[in-house]
Amino acid sequence: MIRELHEKLISGEITSTQLVEQYFAVISQKNKDINAYLTLTKELALEQAKKVDEKISRGEEIGILEGIPGAIKDNICIENVRTTAGSKILDNYTAPYDATVIKKLKEAGAIILGKTNLDEFAMGSSTENSAYGATKNPRDPERVAGGSSGGSASVVASDMAVWSLGSDTGGSIRQPASFCGIVGLKPTYGRVSRYGLIAMASSLDQIGPMAKSVEDTAIILSIISEKDKLDATSTPSVNKKYEDYLTGEIKNLKIGIVKEYLAGLNEDVKKIINGVIEKYKKLGAQIVEIELPNAKYALPTYYIIQPCETSSNLARFDGIKYGMRADDKKNSDYNPDGLPKNLLENYLDTRAYELGAEVKRRIMLGTYALSSGYYDAYYLRAQKVRTLIKQDFQKAFSKVDLILTPTTPSTAFKLGEKTQDPLQMYLEDIFTITANIAGVPAISVPGGEIKNNGKNLPIGFQLLGKWFDEETLLNTAYTFEVN
Amino acid sequence: MINKGEVQHIANLARIGMKEKEIEKFSHDLSSILDFIEKLKEVDITDVEPTAHITGLQNKSREDKIEKFENIEGIKKLFPEEKSGYNKVKSVL
Repeated sequence: MIRELHEKLISGEITSTQLVEQYFAVISQKNKDINAYLTLTKELALEQAKKVDEKISRGEEIGILEGIPGAIKDNICIENVRTTAGSKILDNYTAPYDATVIKKLKEAGAIILGKTNLDEFAMGSSTENSAYGATKNPRDPERVAGGSSGGSASVVASDMAVWSLGSDTGGSIRQPASFCGIVGLKPTYGRVSRYGLIAMASSLDQIGPMAKSVEDTAIILSIISEKDKLDATSTPSVNKKYEDYLTGEIKNLKIGIVKEYLAGLNEDVKKIINGVIEKYKKLGAQIVEIELPNAKYALPTYYIIQPCETSSNLARFDGIKYGMRADDKKNSDYNPDGLPKNLLENYLDTRAYELGAEVKRRIMLGTYALSSGYYDAYYLRAQKVRTLIKQDFQKAFSKVDLILTPTTPSTAFKLGEKTQDPLQMYLEDIFTITANIAGVPAISVPGGEIKNNGKNLPIGFQLLGKWFDEETLLNTAYTFEVN
Repeated sequence: MINKGEVQHIANLARIGMKEKEIEKFSHDLSSILDFIEKLKEVDITDVEPTAHITGLQNKSREDKIEKFENIEGIKKLFPEEKSGYNKVKSVL
C-alpha cells in the first residue's frame, strides 16, 4: 500500500496534504465509535505534509515513506505532543523530546496523524486496561481489538492510518494484528532503539511496525532500525533495506512446527493453521517437526521477569518530577484531614489514585519477587529458565530456518469476557511470549477468517525467525501473502 | 498463599496506598499468579547461567561527553509544582 501511495504522490495524482485530509475525514467519522486515537496531531501532520508537497513540486526526489500518514502508540514520545501511555498518571504529560524512532520517521518525511490507545503502560491483551476506555475491534464492535497495541492495530484495519508503530513485550504487536486482520512485526530484541519508549520490561520491550502488508512493515523497519547511542541495548546497524529482500521465493526453506502447539487448538483455528502449512508446502518449503521442550515455561518465566522489571521501571511515576501529583487537600486517605502531606503520603496517594488495577498488580508482584530473600527463588531462577528457552531455539534453528505457530489461540474475544480473571488474560499470550523471552523476531500474518455469529473474524499465524534474520522472516511472510 | 499483612508490606515497599478491600483482592490475585509461577520450580537449573541480555551484547562504552538538551523549558513545564523555576517537592523530614 505504501508503494502505491508513494507512486501516486510522485505522479501528482494526489498530494500529501489531500491524503492527510482524507485520513482525518475517516478519523472524524470512525474514531468516536472505535476509540483508537487518544490524541490527534493534525497541525503537525499538515505541516509535515506541506513540506513534502513543496518538495515534490520543486521536482525533488522523495523517500518511500515520505508524505504517507501513520499513527504512533501512545507510549512512544513525540516532542511537544501529549503522551499518556494509557495512564491517568501521565494525563498531563507532554513529551519534551522525540523517541529515536520518531526522529527517524520525521527525517524520512513520514506523517504522524496521532497517538493510539493501549492498555495502561502496555500491560494487557485487550486495551481494556486503558484509563481512556477500550478500543473496539473494527470487524465487530462487541469485541476487543487486542492489546496492548490495540489502537495501533485498529487504526490500520479501519483505514484511519496507513501504518502504525506498536510495542511488543509479550505479544502486544502480534496479538492485536491477529485480531484485527493486519500484519504486525516484532523485530529482534535490540534491532530498534527503545529510547523514548516508555519502559515496561526493559529486557523484553521492542518497538515494531504494523500495516496492511508485509512489504509495508519491511519499509518501516528499514527506516526505524539503527544502532542508537541513547539505547545501550541496541545492536550494531546493518543499514538493510528489508523491502529489497522480498523475492517471493522460498524453495527448500525449512519451516519448523511444534506438535504440542497444534494439538491443543480448537478445530477452526487448527484448520486455518493446517491450511497455512499446506500452502507453504506447495510453495516449496519443507515442513519439519521440532521440539521446544522448555517453551511451556515461557509464560511463568515472563510473569516473573516482566513484573520485576516493571516494578523497577514504574517507580519513577511518583508525582515528583512530572505527571499527576495527588492534591494536598483532596484524596487524603492516608493522612489525617487538613494537615499538609509529607513526602511518603504523597507517594502513596499519587500512585493509589493515578495507577490502574493491572499496573498495580504487576508492580506488587514484581516488588514481592524482588523483595529481600526472594530474588534467587524468582528473578534469578526465571533468568536461568530463560537461558534454557534460548537454548531450545538455538537447537531448533540448527535444523530449521523458521518456526510456524498460531499467533493467538482464538479470534478476538468479547469486551469484558476476560477482565475478571487476570490469569485468563495472561494465557492469551501463550504463543507470542516465547519470542520475547528468546529475543527472536516474530511476525503475525493474516491467516484466514472464522465465521462467528454472522461476522467474519480474522486470525493470524505467526512466524518466528533467527536472531537478526528479519529478511528471511519477512520474505517468508511475503511469499505467503502474495500467493 | 500470600496473606494480607504481606500484601500491606509489599504495597508500602511499592509506595502504593491501599485500602482494606483492595488488600483482600490483591491477596487473592497475587496468590493465584504465584501458584501459576510455581511451575518453574520443576525445572532443573543446575549449572545454568542466567540470561540478562538476550542477544549477548557486551558492555558498550562511549565517550563521557556533555551534550546540550535543547528543550529545557519543556521539562520545566512538566514540574507538578514550581517555585522560581525550581521543582517544588514535599518536605522529606
